[in-house]
Parts: sequence; C-alpha cells; structure tokens
Amino acid sequence: MQQQGLGPFIAEHRFFRDLEPAFTELVSGCAKNVRFGAGDYLFHEGDEAAEFFLIRHGRVSLEIKAPGRQPMQFLTAGEGDVVGISWLVPPYRWSYDAKALELVRAISLDATCLRGKCEADNHLGYELMKRFVPALAERLQNTRLQLLDLYGKPA
Amino acid sequence: MAEASATTVPSHADAASTAGTDPMIPSLARVVARRQELGDTWTIDLEVDDPGLLAFAPGQFNMLYAPGVGEAAISVSGDAHGASRLTHTIRDVGMISHALASLEPGMTVGVRGPFGTAWPVEAAEGTDVVIIAGGLGLAPLRPAIYHILANRERYGRVALLCGARGVKGILFPGQLAAWRSNLDLQIEITVDHADSGWRGHVGVVTGLIPRADFDPADTTALVCGPEIMMRFAAQALADAGVDENAIHLSMERHMKCGLGHCGRCQYGPYLICRDGPVMSYDRLKRLLTVKEL
Repeated sequence: MQQQGLGPFIAEHRFFRDLEPAFTELVSGCAKNVRFGAGDYLFHEGDEAAEFFLIRHGRVSLEIKAPGRQPMQFLTAGEGDVVGISWLVPPYRWSYDAKALELVRAISLDATCLRGKCEADNHLGYELMKRFVPALAERLQNTRLQLLDLYGKPA
Repeated sequence: MAEASATTVPSHADAASTAGTDPMIPSLARVVARRQELGDTWTIDLEVDDPGLLAFAPGQFNMLYAPGVGEAAISVSGDAHGASRLTHTIRDVGMISHALASLEPGMTVGVRGPFGTAWPVEAAEGTDVVIIAGGLGLAPLRPAIYHILANRERYGRVALLCGARGVKGILFPGQLAAWRSNLDLQIEITVDHADSGWRGHVGVVTGLIPRADFDPADTTALVCGPEIMMRFAAQALADAGVDENAIHLSMERHMKCGLGHCGRCQYGPYLICRDGPVMSYDRLKRLLTVKEL
C-alpha cells in the first residue's frame, strides 16, 4: 500500500514527468521512500548498484577517492535530479560514492524489480531509456567541459 | 518578449569627433589602490584627471597602457554610478597584463576609452534577468550587477549563476557573500570540482540554469566567461526558451586601436571593439561554431 502511495510523487518528479499513468504505477511498485542524514552515504564505490534515487529534497555529492588525497567531488545533485545510472549497466556496480550533504529525502527504486519489469514490458523499458539517455548525454557533455578546464590559464 | 539589445553608448571614439580629443592618445591615470583577488588576478583603482573616462556604461572597456610595455583592453569592473575612480580587474596571463597587474599605488598608467557596447541594463527593465559568469567573467558583469541592484525595483526576478574552476577560483567571494544578503537576488555558485569540504554546487555552470527562477519568455540574459562556456550557456538558455536576441555575450579578442580602425579584433563581419564586446546571441550563434574564428 505504501509503495502505491508513491505514484503521485514519482509522477511529480522532474525525471518522470509526463510518464503514462500505467507506467508510473509499474515504476511505483519498485519504489520506497528513503531518508539520509547529512554525511550519510547513499552508496559506496564498488558496491552492487541495486537501486537508484530520485532526489526530492536536499543535495547529494558524487565523489571519487584517490589514495593520499581528500575525496574529490565531481558533481552535486539536488531536488529533481536522478542519482545512479550504474543499475542499468552490467555488472551493476557503483563507480563512485554518493554522500548526502544535508538531509536528503528521496525515492529509491529497486533495480532488480525495475529491470524485470522493463524486460517484461519493452515499452516501459523504452520510456525509461528516453529519460536516462539524455541524462547520460548531459553528464558526458558536462564531463567534457570539465575536462577542458575552461577557467584555467589560457595557453 | 524580451528584445533588449546591446546598448550602443557614446564612447571616446564618438567624443573625438565632437570634442576634438584624439582617442589614440592615452590620458594619464594614477594607481591609488591595488588588491589581489585570486592567485593571478588583481584589481587596481585608478584616479583620472579626464572626467570623460568616468562616463562609462556597464560592460564597456578601456585600453590600459603600461608605460614601455604595451596596451591591453580591460573591462571596467567597478560601479558606473557616481564613479570617482576607474576600477579594473586584471588577470596576469601575458607580458602586458603582467605589467598592468603589477602596478603599485602611486604609479602611472595610460588610459583610453571607454570603448565598445554595454550590457543592455536599461532595455532589460521589466524583464527577469539571468546573469551567468564563468571565472573572471564576473568582472565585466559586476558593473551591470551594481546597476541592477541599485535599481532593483525596475527588474523582475534576478538570478546570478557563477562558475569557477575550484573554490579558490571564485572571483569576488566577499562581494558575492554581501550580495547574498539581498533576499530578492538568487545567487548560485558552482565549481568544476572540489574537495569534500565544499558544501556548494559541483558541476558546470550550465547545470545551474534549471535551478534559476525566471520566465524564459520574458528574460534578459547576460553571459560572460570563456567563449566555450558562453556558447554552451547561450545554447542552454535558448533551449530553455529564452529568445536568442535577449541573450547577450561579452566577446573577447585581441584589440589594438579600440576604435574599429585597425581590424585586429575582427570576428567574421564584426569588429569586437566597435560592434562589441557585448553582442546578442542571434548575431553570434553561427560564428561561435566556426573554428577558424
């Protein structure tokens, strides 16, 4: 019952806006509400990517660790963003840490559950791809810009 | 629909034909203050005898002459309202900028100007305003921000989005903190990367656009920073629904005369010193993707 109750929140979330109600219902069957305090980790690098998160409130830092250095933040995500793409790509393992910078309220979507539903209903799978591929493309483009070191000293 | 276009203001070049002064001859100015902004960036305040030099509009630039070294185009970064001094923020990246950034109080510098087009702060009245600054791009935008804040009631929602390489690369941090006390000014700052101590945004500056509060159909955008950043920021603003002629970029090219005579700053059909530096995206869009330019 609680899972069905998340349907309206999923439908309102920027990432799933305009998703057909039938698909929203399918997605909400894999959803649960989660909450993280400041400093809590949503997930750690190397762990199984068993879920992804729709951020409803608060900000999340995506970080990479390097020996002898402080963890480096390469992206922050906030309200309306999705955190976690590795659940789509075998071997379904996180490639970075995700840490709550403040109180974070999110919807967690179970990866195994959702992958199963996408296999069973390719239309749902295509709808999800239409949302995740632009997010991936944007992430890739932004990474290119960060690599260009735009604000560095001109050559 | 916002249709503010870059403002053409009387410049020293125009004054030359009426007042008889030669815009190629610098006026002397004295450095009265110098402060370090970033590791390689300094701000100098100049006391000038020629009051015409103080009659600049936000976004315009001066040609600063370091005696014996050379001249460079530097945007004014101080307040245009009732200015008694000229303020310039200079990044030490070459021989001339090094000489200018190294000027100590009491030393003399040559100044020609003001030159070029201005941010359309008056034409933007009544619209929402989105200001996007990348790195040192906040310096040429600062006079426009001063103007907008001094006339806040004339504008709709105002958002300032700043991007920097890292936390230590954020220009004017004290000023940004002070501006944050304005409850009717949205300020978002992002850095390309940060250590775990930073609690602000991390990511490219275009990523802040969806977080800014504005009506795309009635917005004027002012953008200044590295050219690639401006290109993607303008594209993102246009994708969000902002009219291309309401998006204004401050272009940068090497300039020599500042008067549209020598052609050193030619950019396609434009001369940046005369037709710019502030130009609307609809005029620049095609040129921004031509790699030979």
